[in-house]
Amino acid sequence: MASIRLDKVWKKFGTTEVIKGIDMSIREGEFIVLVGPSGCGKSTLLNLIAGLETLSGGEIFIGSDLVNDIPPKDRDIAMVFQSYALYPTKSVRDNMNFGMVTRHVPQSEQTVALAEVAGLLHIETLLDRKPGQLSGGQRQRVAMGRALVRKPAVFLFDEPLSNLDAKLRIEMRTEIKRLHQRLGKTIVYVTHDQIEAMTLASRIAVMDNGHIRQFGSPEDIYERPVDLFVAGFVGSPSMNLFKGRVVEQSGLRLQVDDPAGAVHFPIPRNLHDAARPYLGRELILGLRPEAMVREGAHRPGSETFSFDRTIDVVEPTGPDTLLVFTLGGIEAIGRVDPQDKISVGTKFRFDVDMGRAKMFDPVTGLHLASVH
Amino acid sequence: MTQPAPAGIVRPKGLRHRLMRILLFAVLGTFCLYYLLPLFIMMATSLKSLDEIRTGTLVSLPRQITFDAWLKAWGSACVGVRCDGLKPYMWNSVLMVVPAVAISTALGAVNGYALTKWRFPGANTIFALMLFGAFIPFQVVLLPMARTLGVLGLAGSVTGLILVHTVYGLAFTTLFFRNFFMGVSDGIVQAAKIDGAGFFGIFSQIVLPMALPAIVVTVIWQFTQIWNDFLFGVAFTVGDSNPVTVALNNVVNTSTGVKEYNVDMAAAIIAGLPTLLVYVLAGKYFVRGLAAGAVKG
Ligand SMILES: Nc1ncnc2c1ncn2[C@@H]1O[C@H](COP(=O)(O)OP(=O)(O)OP(=O)(O)O)[C@@H](O)[C@H]1O
Ligand SMILES: [Mg+2]
Repeated sequence: MASIRLDKVWKKFGTTEVIKGIDMSIREGEFIVLVGPSGCGKSTLLNLIAGLETLSGGEIFIGSDLVNDIPPKDRDIAMVFQSYALYPTKSVRDNMNFGMVTRHVPQSEQTVALAEVAGLLHIETLLDRKPGQLSGGQRQRVAMGRALVRKPAVFLFDEPLSNLDAKLRIEMRTEIKRLHQRLGKTIVYVTHDQIEAMTLASRIAVMDNGHIRQFGSPEDIYERPVDLFVAGFVGSPSMNLFKGRVVEQSGLRLQVDDPAGAVHFPIPRNLHDAARPYLGRELILGLRPEAMVREGAHRPGSETFSFDRTIDVVEPTGPDTLLVFTLGGIEAIGRVDPQDKISVGTKFRFDVDMGRAKMFDPVTGLHLASVH
Repeated sequence: MTQPAPAGIVRPKGLRHRLMRILLFAVLGTFCLYYLLPLFIMMATSLKSLDEIRTGTLVSLPRQITFDAWLKAWGSACVGVRCDGLKPYMWNSVLMVVPAVAISTALGAVNGYALTKWRFPGANTIFALMLFGAFIPFQVVLLPMARTLGVLGLAGSVTGLILVHTVYGLAFTTLFFRNFFMGVSDGIVQAAKIDGAGFFGIFSQIVLPMALPAIVVTVIWQFTQIWNDFLFGVAFTVGDSNPVTVALNNVVNTSTGVKEYNVDMAAAIIAGLPTLLVYVLAGKYFVRGLAAGAVKG
């Protein structure tokens, strides 16, 4: 077990800057999930922590040791690679054993660890095969097994469940969480799966283009995104971001213009003070799909607001139905109950819980700090 | 490993396609004949007696098969003044080719691995310089090499020849292995680093087993080159330390007595046999694809 600290970490490949000054402090035993668009530098960051890439600047500490010049094998880490990187000439068993053999773990311990992990990942029957004889999902589980048999201070996972079927993925997700609770190891985990990020993380780091935009608890990231990027990236479907003008019309309102008639959203009371200076200027209103439901579906809160829109597309997902409509020039999505029978082209009346609305400055992209 | 059943080939039917196929096989057959005819003549001649050679035609089959010429070529033909046949010189060649192939292949493998998987500043420059070595003609290195061997005290010895072939072959073996390792995912090496293996641990346990096809290609190439070499052999060895290629030349060019074509042919086949043997033995590893399934996709 160990903490990890990144101090002004930079990484350049030639002249391309991939990691641009990242500071990050990970406590011992934390489960950190890295999310961000493809190519933003997540794998590179893991490689830097692992010591597979050299730093262009900054310092990395694991525990209290400065590890800048310590080779990967002495950093006491295990890693699951995005590309799996299994040893093609070795059987599954030898793939998983290799790290223990090179580290001279006693034979008896090897056998126990292997049996336990193979059971956990449901790969007992595959142990004598070569990687070439496995399916993608099976290979991915072997890649995971290779990391899990070891008892390192830090685990680094690069999209370890991306290739599994939905059922297995949920099962593995639970196993990883259970494993983390049991062993309490420090984990840095990369994923594109929003639910994985939310359920596993003790803290989520949202990366964009070599920077960390926000680093906080899943609830923080979801409910209090610091800027438009985080607001738009986290959540699936993503947050609706309406651009409008602040007007005074029986209280402060945000007027979102639309060919089908403007909508005047009342600005939430806790944001009044922050929004007042913007009177007559533009602000961006962020509403998550689940904040827009059928009229009367919420308990009527103090800040419920209703408006009508014509529905363009209906997308049933199973547990919810997504309603797509146009407002203020964007395709907005509301999330309603599948029981609400709706047909395309008809008018639908939404209830919006303005208490959950976010406001952003259109120029800086920053969240308007709410004054409680 | 079991051989997969030959896959069925879907091919178009009809007279035109049938004629095209017959034409195709006719062309292929002609080429086969073209290449096999010299071998056939050599074999046939080597199994004839001198009388028969004088009276018969070149392409006729031997009327009476005799192995006398083979026995003589192997054990008693005169190479210069010594009349022990090719046997001692074959042994010289084996003593030379085995270490030279082994050392140059091993060093080439390490070079290729270091140049691709442990990239260091200047790796590309070093590789470019080594590659340059592959294009230096034999003749250019003769004199400097002779001088070097003299200084090292290895002139005229099999050991000296081993050194020459190893150094000259390094450019090729490095090239072969570097190109092979370029295609091996870096992730595999990274995973092994995380698993705690070092430079040589990764090399011997992960990378080298994957490189079997490259090893086979390199060994066949190096073996053929070194075994068939004449110039270095004639330049850097003397009399008793001659490799078999030089000895063969001396057998054929012996000016005393009648020209024994059957012995010459048998000697030539004997001298060429080992390269054929290596190809037959190692060739089957050519077809085994080993890197399959290491990475995603
Ligand atoms: N060896 C390299 N040389 C040059 N550029 C590189 C190298 N490795 C990565 N990059 C670049 O660095 C950026 C970050 O790559 P990285 O693999 O870290 O992305 P990622 O966040 O893991 O993406 P994904 O979610 O698709 O896996 C990319 O733009 C990539 O093109
Ligand atoms: Mg990645």
